[in-house]
Amino acid sequence: MASVSTPPPGAKTMVLNMGPQHPSTHGVLRLVLELDGETVVRCEPHIGYLHTGIEKTAEAKGWWQAITLTDRIDYLCPLTNNLCYVLAVEKLLGLEPPPRAQWLRVLLNELTRLNSHLVWLGTHAMDLGAFTVLLYAFREREDILNMFETVSGQRMMTSYFRVGGLALEPPLDFFGRVRKFISYFPSKIDDYEALLTKNRIWIGRTKGVGYISADDGIALGLTGPCLRAVGVDWDLRKTNPYSSYDKFDFKVPVRTEGDVYARYLVRMDEMRESTKIIAQALEGMPEGPVNADAPHIVLPERERMKTEMEALIYHFKIVTEGFRVPPGEVYQAVESPRGQSAYYVVSDGTTHPFRMYVRAPSFANLQALPKMVEGRLIADVVAVVGSIDIVLGEVDR
Amino acid sequence: MDKVLFLIFAGIAVGAAANLLRSRHPIHSALSLIGVMGALAVLYLLLGAEFIAAVQVIVYAGAIMVLFVFTIMLLNAGAEVPTSGSMLARYLGIPLLALLLLQLVRLLLGQYPPDQASSFGTFVGPTEKIGRLLFTQYLLPFEVTSVLILVAVMGAVVLAGRKP
Amino acid sequence: MDLTILIISLAKIAVVLTVLFTCVAYVVWLERKVAGRIQNRWGPHRTGPFGLLQPAADFLKALFKEDFTPAQVQRPIYFLAPFLAMTLALMSIAVIPFGENVTIAGRTIFFEITDLNIGLLYIFAVTSLGVYGIALAGWSSGSKYSLMGGLRSSAQMISYELGLGFAVVGVLILSGTLSLRGIVNAQSGFWFGIIPKWYIWPQFVGFLVYLTAAFAETNRTPFDLPEAEGELVGGFHTEYSSLKFAMFFTAEYTNMITVACLATLLFFGGWMAPLPWAWVQHVPALVLLGMAALMTRTALRTYRLERRKSYFAVPGLAGIVGLIGLAFLHPVFAAVAAPMFWFASKVFVFLFLYIWVRWSVPRFRYDQLMHLGWKVLLPVAAANILITGLVVAL
Repeated sequence: MASVSTPPPGAKTMVLNMGPQHPSTHGVLRLVLELDGETVVRCEPHIGYLHTGIEKTAEAKGWWQAITLTDRIDYLCPLTNNLCYVLAVEKLLGLEPPPRAQWLRVLLNELTRLNSHLVWLGTHAMDLGAFTVLLYAFREREDILNMFETVSGQRMMTSYFRVGGLALEPPLDFFGRVRKFISYFPSKIDDYEALLTKNRIWIGRTKGVGYISADDGIALGLTGPCLRAVGVDWDLRKTNPYSSYDKFDFKVPVRTEGDVYARYLVRMDEMRESTKIIAQALEGMPEGPVNADAPHIVLPERERMKTEMEALIYHFKIVTEGFRVPPGEVYQAVESPRGQSAYYVVSDGTTHPFRMYVRAPSFANLQALPKMVEGRLIADVVAVVGSIDIVLGEVDR
Repeated sequence: MDKVLFLIFAGIAVGAAANLLRSRHPIHSALSLIGVMGALAVLYLLLGAEFIAAVQVIVYAGAIMVLFVFTIMLLNAGAEVPTSGSMLARYLGIPLLALLLLQLVRLLLGQYPPDQASSFGTFVGPTEKIGRLLFTQYLLPFEVTSVLILVAVMGAVVLAGRKP
Repeated sequence: MDLTILIISLAKIAVVLTVLFTCVAYVVWLERKVAGRIQNRWGPHRTGPFGLLQPAADFLKALFKEDFTPAQVQRPIYFLAPFLAMTLALMSIAVIPFGENVTIAGRTIFFEITDLNIGLLYIFAVTSLGVYGIALAGWSSGSKYSLMGGLRSSAQMISYELGLGFAVVGVLILSGTLSLRGIVNAQSGFWFGIIPKWYIWPQFVGFLVYLTAAFAETNRTPFDLPEAEGELVGGFHTEYSSLKFAMFFTAEYTNMITVACLATLLFFGGWMAPLPWAWVQHVPALVLLGMAALMTRTALRTYRLERRKSYFAVPGLAGIVGLIGLAFLHPVFAAVAAPMFWFASKVFVFLFLYIWVRWSVPRFRYDQLMHLGWKVLLPVAAANILITGLVVAL
């Protein structure tokens, strides 16, 4: 098969290079499109423009230093990646964080889902010409980022979770802020929906566009909202619960149409469900410590270090040498806003990961792009790229 | 004043027409043709035929020539390479052309002596009158023409719709 | 005599162009300001009070940008295209009447550059040529994105010109003239002594078709496909920079003003006052004085927040506005300026509508746009002509 970039001589088609610098390829995705008029005959995604070598770098970091790398894989949902990595390491260690830490992790993960979906909504709508939605969505995202800053000191690169618990107990006004946020956020979702959901132009641009069947979706490894939009009820929070998700009551939105509009509706419903989960997490927030009782793994509190010899020694050991993880390998998957995000971590018993492999949902979902756009118009490519919600940092890692 | 304007725009029309023949690139030829149309429209306007002038621009320059340009852009036609041409055209072309033009001038002058030529602004054709004539006296030719165009459009659609 | 006419015409052209350029500049400012408020932000507010100097800053910026010419362009046409776009956009303003003719001291003052018998046809002729600027820009840039933008716009403008032309035929049937002044004069008077005899009422369908087609004709959202930045980067002006880009920009906003003027003239009675009662003649004075008061108050408030001295310039501006408002109390001034006030207000409403729509809706897809133009607007407009013709004939 000839490559798209070099069509046979005399071909009636035109090759259009879309990206890596293009306003609608969400970063540095490069699509080489073979066009017949405005119809896409073939589409070939070229990736690797944002390759950072995070997986390899992790092998040179200590177990707890590698947490900071996981933020940078998917920069729109850093806390989900933090969570997945620490869950994997905790599984290797056989460590169970206390309930309060688990609840806080759920709460922050759902806030992260909102954060990610808001960016998706804004950029997706802007690609289709609805500029205002972007600024509305970013207004609420700003509140979420401020909350992240409150707990972790960082807006995007949070690195807030630790093996065995959390970095710190969240400051007192954090819960009040979250409570205020979820009290008004549902009405903001109504605002976005008022601009788009019943808009004739929006429906015309998205309904029936980028269709994929359930069989194709599963065969190509689709996960997350893209898979749930083709009618497969698969959400790891329900099917393989982690971090006490089984104790929360929420619905998994599923639609069967498999087009861009279905993906849009699924994500909008997910935002409403996430708000409910956050409300439940606030309500049932258990009291107690936020870190497991494992002094050789969890850094001691600052105050104890000043009075207790053991605390000082543990601190010195963890910071200089790191902690050791028993040999073994583990695969831990979580439901990220984009789909199944998973870390496969191998330990050889030292203070560094022997191997860290990341199963990135964007990477797998991107595979389905040619299937969704071939035979459709060039304007649909933009709609479909927006609807599968890729983050290039995660695709290239 | 009118004479000066006439000379200017007649000059533009002739110059653009010459450029149309001379240009190697189809886009340049098409643009020259638009120039001819525009200049002609101004000449009509000087004669007082406002409606004809406007239609000239709307139909010829604004619609038909847009399609020409559209097609040239779509095919992405490049500059043409001049062929060597025939000996006959090279040696007899210009004298024959000059003869033809002379004959035309002689005929026109014979039919419309200078003192009878229509002067500027006298050829007043209000839009209303043209419309009335089209729909009464010339109704049959008008309708026949529209049917002809309809048939041509249908033919084009059928030809374009046929799968290769 | 000839020379006086020439001089008066030239002076009129100079005045109209100056006003037009100022309007274009401040429509851009308005667009950014309104977009800002719609999107929960401020819009320009650092350059001068309320960002009022932003147009000047924008112009200077365009002027000082590097004028970059890519290597693969078709030279003469690449340079010709922006000039063509801007010149044609400016030409159509020539036949727009801004107010009622008045006779002062035995001299009649016409509020337009020229009143052609075929004013409307002239505008259609000029706008039908406007497509060349865009099509040629797209073609000569030698870039695939530009080419596709150029092709799209050619197809779009040809399609929507038909709808636009058909939409106004109803108005022509009712008024029986192609002169824009004549069309406005045909709309004078009131039904039942209260409803103005504007063509918006009998020609409501025609107006809707006109409005939709005008959005497409000016390449604005939801019909901004030639420059759909989501797909075609910049569309036809991808490869243009600096002043050449500014020319396309000016052309776009000038076209917007032209179609807004035309909508006012054809469907909303041009410079006619909207209500029959005598007190209506005092409305301009009231509105302008109110505006002056509002400007002063807002400027002083904003000064308290931002502490920038430039806000003290605003009460000065407000003073000028207020003086004009007071002048409206004089009957002679009111007779001359009130029609212009009504005309400007109506045009402003249309411009605001354009801006409002742009920042509220997504963009059509190319085939949907063509479908709308040919299969919806054109038949509707044709049916409208048929019905109007029937009603007039009966």
